[in-house]
Order: sequence, then C-alpha cells, then structure tokens
Amino acid sequence: MSGTKTFDEKDLAEIEKLTKKYPEKQAAVLPVLWYAQDKFGHVDPSVQKLVAETMDLPEAHVYGVVTFYTQFYEKPMGKHVLDVCTCLSCQVCGGYDILHYLEDKLGIMAGETTPDGEFSIQSVECLGACGYAPMLQVTNDKYVNYLTYEKIDKLIDDLKSGKQPGFESNKMPQHENGTE
Amino acid sequence: MPNDWKSYKPLLLPAIKDLHEISVYEKNNGYQALRKILKDRAMWSPQNVINEVKTANIRGRGGAGFNAGLKWSFMPEPDGKPRYLACNGDESEPGTFKDRKIFEFNPHLFIEGAIIAAYAMQIDVIYVYIRGEYRPFVKMLQRAIDQAYEKGYLGKKVLGSDFSVEMYTHMGAGAYICGEESSLMESLEGKRGYPRVKPPFPAQRGLWGRPTTINNIETLANVPLVMDKGADWYLKIGPDTHPGPVLYGISGHVKRPGVYEYPAGMNIMTLINEVAGGIREGKKLKALIPGGSSTPPLRADMLEGVSMDANSLRDAGSMMGTAGMVVLDEDTDMVDLIWRISYFYDHESCGQCTPCRDGTGWLEKTLRKIKNGDGELRDLDLLLAICHRMEGRTICALADAAAWPVRYSIDRFRDEFERKCKKTVYAVA
Repeated sequence: MSGTKTFDEKDLAEIEKLTKKYPEKQAAVLPVLWYAQDKFGHVDPSVQKLVAETMDLPEAHVYGVVTFYTQFYEKPMGKHVLDVCTCLSCQVCGGYDILHYLEDKLGIMAGETTPDGEFSIQSVECLGACGYAPMLQVTNDKYVNYLTYEKIDKLIDDLKSGKQPGFESNKMPQHENGTE
Repeated sequence: MPNDWKSYKPLLLPAIKDLHEISVYEKNNGYQALRKILKDRAMWSPQNVINEVKTANIRGRGGAGFNAGLKWSFMPEPDGKPRYLACNGDESEPGTFKDRKIFEFNPHLFIEGAIIAAYAMQIDVIYVYIRGEYRPFVKMLQRAIDQAYEKGYLGKKVLGSDFSVEMYTHMGAGAYICGEESSLMESLEGKRGYPRVKPPFPAQRGLWGRPTTINNIETLANVPLVMDKGADWYLKIGPDTHPGPVLYGISGHVKRPGVYEYPAGMNIMTLINEVAGGIREGKKLKALIPGGSSTPPLRADMLEGVSMDANSLRDAGSMMGTAGMVVLDEDTDMVDLIWRISYFYDHESCGQCTPCRDGTGWLEKTLRKIKNGDGELRDLDLLLAICHRMEGRTICALADAAAWPVRYSIDRFRDEFERKCKKTVYAVA
C-alpha cells in the first residue's frame, strides 16, 4: 500500500489490447478496472485516478463507474472475499444460516474484514446458481455450491492453507439420470 | 401436454460428451446451418434468413417473449457504417441460471446462432455481455470464440465468403439493471448502467448511436436449430403460440433442482413433481414464482392445468419471464420472501427515476417493518399505494418488476400479511 500506483509497460500493452475491442476508448473502462483490480486487489481512489489518467477520462467518470458496480472493491479487502448469496432461492434454502455461521466462525459481520486481513464476508444478491443453493462465491471467481456447515469449515481450512476451490460443474440432472 | 416429454431429446444441451470442444460440435452437425447459408446466398439472402427466423417465432428467452425474427426486421437498411449485435448474458434475474449452461456445455451453438444473426442483420461486430460474477463462464466462452476464429467461423471473410464478423466478450461487474437492454448498452460504452429513454429504440440508435439489436443467449442458441431443420420443424415443438425448447431452471424446495431442457408449454405440476422430483421432505407445495423474481407468485391452487408458456401463464395471472421457476413449500414465510425480493430491487435500482429509487426503498422499509412484527394493517394499503405510484412511471421496467411481486402477493397471500400486522401490540391497541 506504499508508494504511487503505476501501470508498467506490460500493463499498458494489455490495456491497449483491451481498448482495441471498442470503437471508443471509454468503453474499455470496465475491462481496465477489472485489470487494475486483479493487479492491485482493489480499485480505491488512488487506482481510480491511475485508470482515469491512463485512459484520458475524468476521475469523476471512473469514480461513477466504480461505485455503480458492486464487484469493484472501493477499498482494500481481505485476501479472500466470501460473497454469500442470500437472495430468493438461496434465502429459502438456508442462505442466511450459512451467512450467520460464517459470521460466527470468522468473528466478523457481513461487510467486514478479519483483523488479520485474511477474510471479508459480504451478503450479496443473486449469483445465478439458484439450483445449487445455498452457495457463495470466492473473491469474484469460483462458486462453491450446496453449502453445509462442514463444507464451510473445509473451505476456510483450504483457503487458509492457500488452496483455492476448483470449478464445480453442475451437470444437468436430465443427463445424469438418463431420459434416453 | 401429453407424456411425450419423457422421450424428448435435448436440442440446446444434448447429452454429448465434450460438446464444448469445436471438433466435437462440428462432428455433431455443428456450424452446418451457417455453412448452408453461406453456400447458397441466393436462397439464403439476409432477408430470407430473417423471414425464416420470424416464421419460427422464437420468443425471446430473456423474459419479454418477443419474436426474435421480428426484432431483427426492425434494423434499418445498412448504410456502410458499423452496426452491432449485443448478446445478453447478464442473467441476473433471481431464480435464473440457464445461460451459464450454454456457456459451459454448448457454447458453439450460441456462437453459431450469433453469427447467423449478424449475417441476417448485416452486422459486423458482436459483443457478448456477461455478468461479472460469471467469470469462469466468460473464460469458457472466450475459449470457444478463440476456437471459432481459428476455424474461420469468425473474423475476416467467414468460411471464404465476403461476410466478416468479429465477436468480443464484455464482462459486467455486478449490476442487475445491466440486463435491461439499454442499460446493457450504457455499460458496454463504459458508463454507469442507466437505462435510456425509448424511443429511440436500439435498432434506430443503439451502441455508439448506431443500429443495434440485443438478444438473449438462449434465444440465439435456438437460431441454428431453426436454420438447420427449418421453421416448420421448429414450430412443431411445444405449443403453437410459444414454440421451441426451453431451459427450465428449477430451484427452491424441490428434490432435484437444476436446469432442464424440455419443449415450451410443459405442465407446471409435471415439472415440479415428475421432472424435479417433487417437494423436499414430503412437504406440500405452497407457491411458485414461475419465471424469475419479477414474475408474480402463484398460489398452489392457481397452478391446476397451467403450463409454462407465455399465454397460459398470462391467463393464470403471471408471466413466463426467464422460466427460472422458484418452488416454495408450505413452510415458506411469504412476508419474509417478498421482503427479501424488495430488498433486492431496492439494492439494484439504478437511482435514475424517483418513483423507483424512492419506491423500492419504501417497499423494502415497509415490508421490513411488517416482517419484524411492527406492521399495522394500514401498511398494506401503503404498500399498494407505493406500487401504484411506481408502475409504468419510470424509464425502464425495474419499478414494475419490483412492484408486481408485492402487489400480487398482498392480493394472493393477504391473510398471511394481515396475520403479521395483527400481531403487533400497537395495531391491536
């Protein structure tokens, strides 16, 4: 978190590539913010300034975009961000139980980060995994489905030891049980 | 709907191993519809392709149910400047989780459909907008797009013809409203996702002020089926007014939740009891949200003989939406459920129009009050009044989507709402 944040040559080449997909440079704001978040872990005001300067855009515009979209982190987050879905199908299938278990286990509330900076918890809106509820997403990436308290315990242990969850493929039940 | 669903073989998501690989897709008749069109340009002029798709009456699978071919026909004559196709893979409607199946299991079917759509509308650039949460699925689709470029289905001079088309993925970053077509375009242009006032419609003035068509992923995946086997064949699947296969996303209190592919117009009770294995733990069915959170919930007793197609659901008092069916058992607290739906819309309102920005907040606050046992009977009137002041008074349909579940739930589960209100000491005193 020290020093001024910059994009190096490689970053700038990558940003140039992202920009080429669109007839106007501004369109690349979301991809560039994603790129910046991957690099810095968040897009706080200093990163927003960097993105704005790199793309010749007003800082206010970049700030406006960052604050509109929930997946952009406006401040540094925990190393692992656990987004627990509590919306509709997840709500009726125990999403809140999972959220509260996780809050008790890590000793923080949704929206907070553990003092050691390892974990953040967020209660989020529908993630599009309704048939596999309750579920959560790990740091804007993999989904962990059909959650139980045991599965949460294992996930936390895995993440602490540096093991990220793999991609869970949810086959169509129609295929598994064979309608043919 | 007779029992023939049991022998139905999926068309959008067939059970073929590694179908996401282009070589496997090609071996299974993949990209043949596109080849057929480009081989016989006299027979398959862009106008003829549009006509064929229009005849097939593919009703938009994103929720609106509008004839896709008819939508295509709204595009003006080419004027030599850029035109765009934006594919909507935002899939943020709670209860909906179907398009991700296409990205994972049969991405080339969608890509082929999008290329045919671009050909028919003489479009040169395709953007695929996918919600940011679907990052792993974006990677899967990108891989399939790269394969299609390698094989010459995308890029300059597709399969040696004079037709060229580019396809790019664009990842959102967490905003339900970006599934609304004009908001999606704003987001693609790198802005906050504020819906635009219509008219002008996207076909007149869309991305960067140019003619644009927006189609759902599943809608486009139906296109190669139509072009391969013909509109007449397609029209024989499902009901006359809502033909074709549908990806039903069944979630909630069923034994076997998941995405199932069957013809449109499946009987709802068959879907719940036979396809999805019935209600968990031997409980009784209480209600169904038939097509995502914005479609009005139906009580179990309203489901008799109702099928999953636009007309049948309209007559029953709801909508087809995205066919994301949320099944609710007898223990479901409807007040709690509707409060959570209102919380969702309050969170996702873009804030542009006052009736929605404030209305969603007041719905949420009032429902929270009732849910927490502090409600009064007159709060139900307040809720209905708020709904009335939201519906049809905003730029996009989010306000309606937020108001309908509340309005119809109070109507259909009134005793439950009243019971909660009457519990408060204040109300009795």
